[in-house]
Formats: sequence, C-alpha cells, structure tokens
Amino acid sequence: MNISNKVEAVSVSVKGLHKSYGKDEILHDISFEVKPGEIFAIMGPSGSGKSVLLRQLNGLEHPSSGEVLLNDLSALKPETHRKIRSAMVFQAGALFNSMTVYENLALYHREHRLYSESEIEQKVMAVAEALSIEAAVKKIPAELSGGMRKRVAVARAIIMEPQWILYDEPTSELDPILAATTTELISTVTRETGGTCLVVTHDRQLALGIADRVALMLAGRLRFIGTPDEMESSDDSEVQEFLNPQLDLENPRFRNKEKNQ
Amino acid sequence: MNPVIKALDGIGACVLLLGRTLRYLPSAPRQFSRIMEQCLFMGYSTLPLVAILSFFIGAVLALQFGYATRTFALTDFIGSIVGLSMARELAPVMTAVMVAGRVGSSVTAELGSMKVYQEVDALETMNIPPERFLVLPRLVAMVVVMPILTMVSIVTGWIGGQVVAKYVDWIGLTSQAYYNSLKSVMTLKDITDGLIKGELFGLGIILICCTIGLRTRGGPREIGNAVTQAVVICIIYILISDYFITNALL
Repeated sequence: MNISNKVEAVSVSVKGLHKSYGKDEILHDISFEVKPGEIFAIMGPSGSGKSVLLRQLNGLEHPSSGEVLLNDLSALKPETHRKIRSAMVFQAGALFNSMTVYENLALYHREHRLYSESEIEQKVMAVAEALSIEAAVKKIPAELSGGMRKRVAVARAIIMEPQWILYDEPTSELDPILAATTTELISTVTRETGGTCLVVTHDRQLALGIADRVALMLAGRLRFIGTPDEMESSDDSEVQEFLNPQLDLENPRFRNKEKNQ
Repeated sequence: MNPVIKALDGIGACVLLLGRTLRYLPSAPRQFSRIMEQCLFMGYSTLPLVAILSFFIGAVLALQFGYATRTFALTDFIGSIVGLSMARELAPVMTAVMVAGRVGSSVTAELGSMKVYQEVDALETMNIPPERFLVLPRLVAMVVVMPILTMVSIVTGWIGGQVVAKYVDWIGLTSQAYYNSLKSVMTLKDITDGLIKGELFGLGIILICCTIGLRTRGGPREIGNAVTQAVVICIIYILISDYFITNALL
C-alpha cells in the first residue's frame, strides 16, 4: 500500500526522566534511546506508568525532572513540534466526534494549510483506501465499530506524515483477528514511511512481533531493554514472569480478590 | 484547596486563557465558518428564550409599578421605569443568566468531554492549539452575539411593558403615552451602558466555561460536575460584577 511519503526519521533520547503527581512518584529515572526509523515497544502490566511516560514523550505533560530530546531538541518546546512532525494514536482513538471521519483526517492539513483542498482530498482518500475505511469517510466516529475507530485513529496519525509516531495500547479492546491486523498495519506503515515509532502496550504478541527493540516497564522503572530475542531468552525472573504469567490460585492477593467479589 | 486560593487560581486561569486566546486573534478571519457556526448556535438556541422571558419581565415590571403607583396617579411614568430598568439592568443581567444556563453549560460540557476523551490532547499532538481551535471561535461569537441578544431583550421588555400598560384595565395607558414617557428619560448612554454590561458578562461567561471545560479531569460524572460548577460560578460572576460595572458606568 502506498499511504504516505517517506519522512526523515528522528532520534529520540530520554534522559533521567522522573514524574511525580504530588507525593506519588510514577516514573523513576527512565532513560533510553530510540534510533531513527526504529520500532521501539514499551511493555508492562497495567498501572506500570506506560501511559504517563507517553504523555512526557509527546510533550503533553512536563516531567518533574529529566528530559526528552527529539533530534537533540527538547520535546517540551513548541518550536520542536513545529520542526518535527509527531503524531499519536490514542488508546481510545480520541477522534473528534463532532466531525466526520473525512474531516478528522483532513483536519491537520487544513489547519496547517499544507496543501490545497483538492490535494487534501486526494491524500485523505488514498489513506482511507489503504486502511480500508473509505466506506466510512462520511460517517461520524460514533457510528463506527471499535476496530474501525482504531483504523481511523491510525489513519489520522499517518496522514500527518509524522517523523515520530506514538501508539498507546493500539490493540486494546480489539478481538484477536483485529489485533493482528492492527499489528500488521503498524508495522507496514512504519516501514513504508520510515518514521520512528514507539508503541506502548501490554500485548506481548504485538511488541515482540513488530518491534526492533523492546523495553519492559515495571512499577515506573525500566527493567529491561533489548531485542525481542534477547527478551525472550532473558534469565531475569521478572521478565520471564511478565512474558509467561502463571495464574497462582494460592497467591494471597488473588484469594483476597476472590473473597472481595 | 483553600476556597480563596481556589477562586484566585480560577481567576488566574481565566486571565491566562484570555491572554493565550487573544494571541491567536489575527487568525480569526481564517476561522470565519467556525465562528459563524458558534454565532448561530449561541443566537439560535438563546434568542427565543431571551425574547419570551424579557417580554414577561417587562410585563411584570409594568404591572408591579402600575399597582404600586395607581393611588398616586403616577402610572404615566411606567414607560420611563420599564425603559430604564430594562436597558440599564434587567436586560443585560437576565440575558447573561440565560446565556450562562443555555450556552455556558453546553460549552463546558462539550469542552469537558473533549478533554476527558483526550480530543484536546489529540489537538495538541497535532500542533493545533486548543485556544485557537476551540476557544477563539466561541469567544468571538460571544462578543458578536451578546449585544444582539441584549438589544433584543431590551426591546422585547419594552414591548411587554407596553402591552400590559395598554391592556390592563386599571392602568389603561395608551401606547403613545407609554413610549413618550420612555423617550423622555432614555438617552443613548442608557442603551450603550446596557450593551457594555452584556458584553462584559458574555466575555466572563465564555472564559469561565471554557476554563472549567478545559480543566475537567476524570470521567462522565466530572463532566456533569463541571457543568454545574460553571453555571453557578457564571451566575455569581454576573451578579457580583454587575455591581462594579454599574458603579463604573454611572
């Protein structure tokens, strides 16, 4: 599929990132680098701080300390986002419900006046066709199924021709077939556009299937960074416990939960 | 948080939002269609309410004044009283209260839900400032619509007063006498003062509602709470600022 022009990928560098809300420290000394054009996945159980990390990476929140650099420019400065095109696919889509799918897809280019209206239409229809959502362009997001909404969210991100794209739990709430299709879509889109990609997920198949490198986040700390093969062969017990969870019915936490229910 | 600090925090947030939004004022012509859409929504949804309620406010005012003064044969002054009261006080205040209830609640709910469902975050990641895309059209539309609504309220209030003055037996004032009385005391300043008041109320309402909407956190219940909070704060703002604006305009 031909969905987007090749873009100049960016390097991402995260150094000593801390994030606290009041007295609760959510992120502890997070440091990692993402190479240009790489697919980097951050895995971790729910509540480990993945989504909070994502908000620091795209500049939506200011970290308590540390920095995020995109091509050596601070992600917190608005100038950086004028120079480097970044996009994000939100967990719930975050589509604009007052607009049609077409308007959602055209919004970025319309607002930034990057192309004429006819060029925008061509781009929207090309992306819509590539992602098999062309039948939905006149609908509003509320009329779409969960899988379709996810596709529209991906389409809205890639139509921006981003150099740096972030995915927040892209396969959550999807059935296995749709999850596999979305995984493939992310991989294809990233390879075709050549941008740098970061995926935050607890979906093991997604992360190990498409990422060049993966990181495991536990309780706000990065426990492991390496290739998918390195992760699978890691002798770190916590990594193995995350990858191969065993349901321990004798675990007091589980038993308490059962009692509470 | 201490209520005083909370209030100061809210005022500060409104002022900051105004400052950030005004930075994008030069882009207003580009947003013409969005501004018109907001004007239509604000005007269309509020105009009938404003007209009907103002008509009855004017009518009640005439009735009460007629009743209070009938023994002193002062009913000739009904036009003056209704005219001045509507133009200087009741029309801007009642219009603002209706706009706060109808438009303010809707703006807070819309922006609150956009915030909760991450649409505002999505705008930011697309490098589209919410102040330009969401607040500016509403702010400009309010500035355009509020004087029109206030003027409609003034005029329908006068008409309400006139209908009562003419058709209630024990008042029985002719239309000509009513409007002569009204014209004898009214000046252009009375009208402009009312319009200025309406404009300042409208500006405050939209800033309060946009600020509360964009600061909404949590889920659907918090959206409901934000709407209630916005309407209550708007009404408090209208009534308190009314005194100070009136004092400044006298």
